[in-house]
Amino acid sequence: MKYTIDIGLETHVQLKTRTKMFCGCSLASGAEPNVNVCPVCLGLPGALPRANREAVRLTVISGLMLGSRIAKRAEFDRKNYFYPDMSKNYQISEDAHPLCIGGGVEIGGAGGAARTVRLNHIHLEEDAAKINHYARHSGVDYNRCGTPLMEIVSEPDLHSPDEAMEYLQTLRRILVYAGVSDCNLEDGNMRSDVNVSVRPEGSDRLGTKVEIKNMNTFKGIHAALEFEIARQTALIDAGGAVIQETRRWDGDLGETFSMRTKENAHDYRYFPEPDLLPIELPPELVEQWRAELPELPERKKERFASQFGLPAYDAGVLAAERPLAEYFESTVSAGAPAKLAANWIMGDVLRLLGAAGKEAADVASLSTLPPASLASLLRLVEGRTINGPTAKALLEELFEKGGDPAAIVKERGLAQVSDAGAVEELARRAIEANPKPVAEFKAGKKASLQFLVGQVMKLSRGKADPKLAAQALAKIIEDMPQ
Amino acid sequence: MITPKDISATTVASARDAMRAGLYTSEELVRAVLAAIDEKDGGIGAYLTVDREGAIAAAAEADARRRAGESGDLLGIPVAMKDIFNVKGQPCTCASRILEGYVAPYDATVTARLRAAGAIPCGRVNMDEFAMGASTEHSAFHPTRNPVAPDRVPGGSSGGSAAAVSGGMALCSLGTDTGGSIRQPASFCGCVGLKPSYGRVSRYGVTAFASSLDQVGPITRTVEDAALLLQCIAGADPHDQTCLDRPVPDYAAALRGASTEGLRIGVPREYFAEGSDPEVLSLVRAAIDKAAAAGARVEEVSLPHTEYAIAVYYICATAEASANLARFDGVRYGARRVGPDGSLASLYDRSRTDGFGPEVKRRILLGTWVLSSGYRDAYYRRALKVRTLVRRDFDAAFAKCDVLMCPVAPTPAFKLDSTVNDPLKAYLCDAFTVPANLAGLCGVSVPCGRTAADGLPVGLQILGPAFGEPALLRAAAAMEALLR
Ligand SMILES: [Zn+2]
Repeated sequence: MKYTIDIGLETHVQLKTRTKMFCGCSLASGAEPNVNVCPVCLGLPGALPRANREAVRLTVISGLMLGSRIAKRAEFDRKNYFYPDMSKNYQISEDAHPLCIGGGVEIGGAGGAARTVRLNHIHLEEDAAKINHYARHSGVDYNRCGTPLMEIVSEPDLHSPDEAMEYLQTLRRILVYAGVSDCNLEDGNMRSDVNVSVRPEGSDRLGTKVEIKNMNTFKGIHAALEFEIARQTALIDAGGAVIQETRRWDGDLGETFSMRTKENAHDYRYFPEPDLLPIELPPELVEQWRAELPELPERKKERFASQFGLPAYDAGVLAAERPLAEYFESTVSAGAPAKLAANWIMGDVLRLLGAAGKEAADVASLSTLPPASLASLLRLVEGRTINGPTAKALLEELFEKGGDPAAIVKERGLAQVSDAGAVEELARRAIEANPKPVAEFKAGKKASLQFLVGQVMKLSRGKADPKLAAQALAKIIEDMPQ
Repeated sequence: MITPKDISATTVASARDAMRAGLYTSEELVRAVLAAIDEKDGGIGAYLTVDREGAIAAAAEADARRRAGESGDLLGIPVAMKDIFNVKGQPCTCASRILEGYVAPYDATVTARLRAAGAIPCGRVNMDEFAMGASTEHSAFHPTRNPVAPDRVPGGSSGGSAAAVSGGMALCSLGTDTGGSIRQPASFCGCVGLKPSYGRVSRYGVTAFASSLDQVGPITRTVEDAALLLQCIAGADPHDQTCLDRPVPDYAAALRGASTEGLRIGVPREYFAEGSDPEVLSLVRAAIDKAAAAGARVEEVSLPHTEYAIAVYYICATAEASANLARFDGVRYGARRVGPDGSLASLYDRSRTDGFGPEVKRRILLGTWVLSSGYRDAYYRRALKVRTLVRRDFDAAFAKCDVLMCPVAPTPAFKLDSTVNDPLKAYLCDAFTVPANLAGLCGVSVPCGRTAADGLPVGLQILGPAFGEPALLRAAAAMEALLR
């Protein structure tokens, strides 16, 4: 039988705040266990939570970026379960009244037809502590307990593991772009549980869903989905039925295992958190945040193409990452011609970053070559004060050590020789010294002119304007008596 | 000079004046209190622990502050703390085995405010375990006796607080009131007990029973003393979002020239229905009659949802408690027991089975049940709706009255062991106090006489609208003067 697959994701994203969700403890990573803790996140008697405003703002920003409706009134709830990773034995989350409602993520832009994966809601909650298991005992590290998490819950609108990947990658790009999260997968900044079901093709009733947990990477999610889809379809093909349950992915074995069935599902006994006030954001504040939203990469790409006349490919590369896009725009607004800036940033600047073992995003912290300095260099190129090779050498030097391009050019006399008379003089000397290439050029071998230009450059110690040199050489040879 | 005998007649205000006048020092006062405890507490059991060295050192420090020119109302005043408040370095057991040996690593906001004012948290007083009960018999350590009639309970859950003040072993005490736990023991022991409005005093560092109902307040000898303590502890706290950022009025100033002249008193009919002790009702009625004779306008009002208050309270309070007490699991602090298999489940099971007393277990089970899937809508959600109706009853009443006057409890102090095995009977005794918690009101118990037969104290309950403490205290001071 042929099947349609329905996948929904619950994605937990760690918000980029300085402190925890309900206390002032630091979120700095790499600390010794149980150092970044206080009465609140340790769940000591009498301690009370207080909501982190920045986490609320970042969640709302995410909702606005993803087209969600921002709730007029959101409420925290207690989700009750006993486990040592939650110091209070309940987690503060949002159940009945989440902060963001609805929204969507567009996928399938390249190649296929674009469509929107609907979001059910986005809610705010606190992360659990980390449990380390040893040979004879377990240890709980509460440093992570209380980390602000945003849970983005999609509708079951994804129909293949590849689509699920595309959804996650798009989501990740948007959230990183918005500065909401680092979405660093190794650090567990972005973790997803999936719901997957299969139904006979053509049927409009969703199949029985199975939830899978414990995938730490995008790859793991893809593999778990593939395994689970194969398991479910084989089960139905063999005349069996899928049961509603939660399964655990074992990445080493590459299989899912039943954790608990519906009958044994937790009863979390949600009820409104009486220690926190409901969140009622003034509409003006939400509108202010909306006005401050960063432009999405797709929108920015279109704008770069139309505003600066860049080819679609170039606009796409520059817009894909926010720091690079901002570097480009700052360079242009500092006076560099847009096309020249695009070429140089995509070419030499990215090459130099790569050679230094850095990423495109690191351009933001490039103190040696700030946009103003690159713009100043490119103005010298545009005005033909220096020639290409000089400019490239200078760029490498600036990248390395920094400096004021205009001052360096002046100080070292790097300005190219653009005086027609001087270039002509050098051209004559090159012609006199190289009768053979001159004869070849006369006989129609165009490449010989390049050789002669090279000789002029050599005589000028690299400072001659090559264009002028070529013109002068051609003219002198043309004017020579036959 | 001050002697242990003098403590029973010493108020916060009188001690303040005496120390300002140089009649005695804080150290002498604290030593007198400690001696009074030694002398009298054997037969009462108000205190769980006394911090002698700490109290004397703090008193010496207060005396030094006074010599340096300070003269605040609470400077050098010892305060008996209910065992529910975190006082850094002192035990904080909530009278429960599960917290036996637990030492608070931080100060509650009220503790910090008392210390800043120079007050001295001198000892920890008994209570019903986790504030669950109305007799202090549910303390895991020992019951407390009523100093007025030692065969009777002091009320609860802040029974140790009321007994310490009533028994001449403290000038004042801090308690908590979730469903009457300040007002009822004050009534039983003949003290003044003030429950501030919800959101008036920070709950940070106060071990939670029912978060939407708990409120901290003083038990004192006089209304003036209650005002002085409230002044110190009230006001916004960044650590407690439910503690509202509203200005703190000058409560002592509100008491000046207090009278019932022109006071609009509402008398809620439902609080005088049959079933209460007739002597209690007649003492309360007599007090209201005195107010009328002194110029108050008395009007009968109706609070029609009163009959549902107990049910709503026991659903809301136990639901919240079931989550609040989940943290006591033996993992991070407190008593830990593990079963023979050494499993996590056995650690939870044994620690909680051995650690909690029967009343606490009863309420955790009840709260867990009313939140369970399939029952949550019928019980918890519905209770929240009725809670709103209870609040509206009061809104309507306060639209035409300044305060309401009624009994605190249907009976005076009852005998030890008379309700322990009948929880439902015990719960019904909270009928007149829980509505104020459900509605977030302020309320106070003021002594209004003693029963003829047994000479047991009876309290008059005065209720005011949320954040109406100045008018409430003013009315209370006027009644106190009329009834003296
Ligand atoms: Zn913390």
